[in-house]
Amino acid sequence: MISRNQTEKLAFATVALASLVVVLPALVIIGFLAAKGAFAISWSFLTQMPKNGMREGGIMPAIVGTLYLVAGTLVFAVPLGVFAAIYLAEYAPQSTLRRIVRLSIVNLAGVPSVVYGLFGYGLFVVTLHFGKSILAGSLTLAFLILPVVIAASEEAVRSVPKSFREGSLALGATRWQTIWRVVLPNAAGGIITGVVIGVGRAAGETAPIMFTAAAFFLPKLPSSPLSDCMALPYHLYVVASEMFDAPLSMQWGTALTLLMLVTAMNLVAALIRARFRRAKCW
Amino acid sequence: MASTPTTNTQGIVFKNLSRYEKRSRVKDIVASIVVHTSGIAAIVVLFFIFVFLAKDALPTFTKVGILKFLIGTSWQPEFEKFGILPLLVGSLFVTFGALVVAVPIGIACAVYIAEVSPPSFRSLLKVIVELLAGIPSVVFGFIGLMILAPLVQKVFELPTGLTALTGAVTLAFMSMPTIISVSEDAITAVPKSYSDGSLALGATKWETIRHVVIPSAKSGIVAACLLGMGRAIGETMAVLMVTGNASILPKGLVGLPNFFLGPVRTMTATIASDMGETVQGSTHYNALFAIGLTLFAISFAVNMAADLILRRGGLGKE
Repeated sequence: MISRNQTEKLAFATVALASLVVVLPALVIIGFLAAKGAFAISWSFLTQMPKNGMREGGIMPAIVGTLYLVAGTLVFAVPLGVFAAIYLAEYAPQSTLRRIVRLSIVNLAGVPSVVYGLFGYGLFVVTLHFGKSILAGSLTLAFLILPVVIAASEEAVRSVPKSFREGSLALGATRWQTIWRVVLPNAAGGIITGVVIGVGRAAGETAPIMFTAAAFFLPKLPSSPLSDCMALPYHLYVVASEMFDAPLSMQWGTALTLLMLVTAMNLVAALIRARFRRAKCW
Repeated sequence: MASTPTTNTQGIVFKNLSRYEKRSRVKDIVASIVVHTSGIAAIVVLFFIFVFLAKDALPTFTKVGILKFLIGTSWQPEFEKFGILPLLVGSLFVTFGALVVAVPIGIACAVYIAEVSPPSFRSLLKVIVELLAGIPSVVFGFIGLMILAPLVQKVFELPTGLTALTGAVTLAFMSMPTIISVSEDAITAVPKSYSDGSLALGATKWETIRHVVIPSAKSGIVAACLLGMGRAIGETMAVLMVTGNASILPKGLVGLPNFFLGPVRTMTATIASDMGETVQGSTHYNALFAIGLTLFAISFAVNMAADLILRRGGLGKE
C-alpha cells in the first residue's frame, strides 16, 4: 500500500516530468538551429542575391520580401483591428450583434491558414485582379492576424480604469476625444504588444502566401506592391522540401534567420509589455 | 435640413456652439461610424471567406457529385478521381495521433505550471511555452524533416521516415502550447476558497488538485483540447513536409499499424501541394476549394463547440 504522501510525490514527479517533455524539445529545436545555422549565416548570406538556382549566394530578397509583407500586413491589420477592439470595448451594447461579432472573431481565429490562402487567392488575386503580389499577400495575412490584434487591443482598452473616462467626459470632452486622447494613450502598451505578436505570426506563415504572394525564385527586389516577392518561410519550404539538392547550409541558415526574426519580434513584444507595465500609474 | 433650421433640434444645438465644438461633434459622429463599421468587419470577413470558398467549391458537387467527393475512396486528380476519404482519414489519423501525445502531457504541464511549480520557475516555463508557440510551422516541419524523420526511419527500420507517426509527433508539439495555456487559465481561474476548503478537511495538495481543482476546471480543459485539435487539423506546412503525401487508405484493422508507419496525405497538405499545378476553373481546382470548404466547416464546428463549453463553464469572455 502506498501512503497518501507517496502518492502525492509520485503525482508531482509525473507532472514535472511532463513539463520536461515540453521544455526539452523546445530547447533541442532552438539548440539545433543555433548550432547548425550559425555557421551558415554570414553578412554575405544575409545581403546577397541567391545564385546558381539557389544553391549558392544569399537570401536577401527573401528577407526583404518578408519585411515588405509584414509592413503591408501592419498597414491593413492595425487600424481595422484597433477600431474593432474599440467597438467591442467602448461602443457595442450588450446585444445579439455583439455576440455575433465575438463568435465571428472566435471562428476567424480558428480558420486554417491554408484556407486563408484559398480565400486570398479567390478574392484578391483573381476577383480584384491584384495578381500574385505583395498587396494580395499582405491583405491575406492582415485578415489572418486580425483576431490576435482585436483580442489584445480589446483587453488593453478594457484595462484602462473607468474613472479616466469619467474625468475626461466630465470636462466636456466628446466620446471620441476621450477615446483618442485618454483611453488609447493609456492602452498603447497592450495594443502594441498584441500587434507585434500578430506581426511575428504573419512573418512566419507560409500557407497563406503560397498562392497569393510568394515567388519560388526571384533574384531581384520587388519593385511595386503589385509585384510578387520571395519570402523567408516559403524559401525555407522550397529549399527543404521542393529542391533535391539545396546545400544544407542554405537550409539551416534560412531556418535560423526566420526563427531569429520571429523570436526577435516576440522579444520586442515582451519588452514593450514589461516597460508599459512598469510605467502604469494605476 | 438646412432649409428648416428652427425645427431641427440638432441644428439648434449646433447654432449655439463655437466652431471648435462643432468640429469635435462632427468628428465624434464620423468616428462612431468608422468604429461601428470596423466592429462588424469580423462578420463580413468570415462571410466573405465562406462565399469565396463556396463559389469555387460548388461546381465540384455537380461535376463530381457530393457523395463521390465525400466518400470516394481514391484521390487521383490525374485520373479525374476526387474522393477525399483518404485525405480525411489522413487528417484525422495524424490529428488524433497528435492529441494522444499532446493532451495528457499538455494537461499535466498545465497542472505543474499552475499548481505545483515554484513561482520563480513558473514564469520561465511560461516563456518557454510561448517560445514554442511562436515557432513558425515551416520551421517545425524543417526540424521534423531533419531530425525526427531519420529517427523514426531508424527505430522502426522503415524505407522512409516520412510517415503519419512523424506528422503526429510534430503536430503534438505544435498543439501543446494551445492546450497548456488554455488549461492553465482554466485551472488558475478556480477560486482559491475551493482548494482551501479541501485542504482544511485534511486532503493532501495532490488530492485537492485531483478531486477539487481539476473537476472545477473541467470545461476549460475540454475546450483547451478542442482548440488544440482545431490547431492540429488545420496545420499545413509541417504536415506537408513530414508525412510523405501519399493518399492511401488503411487496409482494414490489421493494416492500421502499417498505415501509421507509412506515408499519408492530409486535406491541408493536398491544397498546399496541388494549388500550384491546377488550372483555374478545372475540376481539380474546384475540388481543392471544396476541400477548403470542408476544412472551414470542421474548424467552424470545433470552435463553436469550444466556445460553447467555455461559456457554460463561465470562462468565456462575455
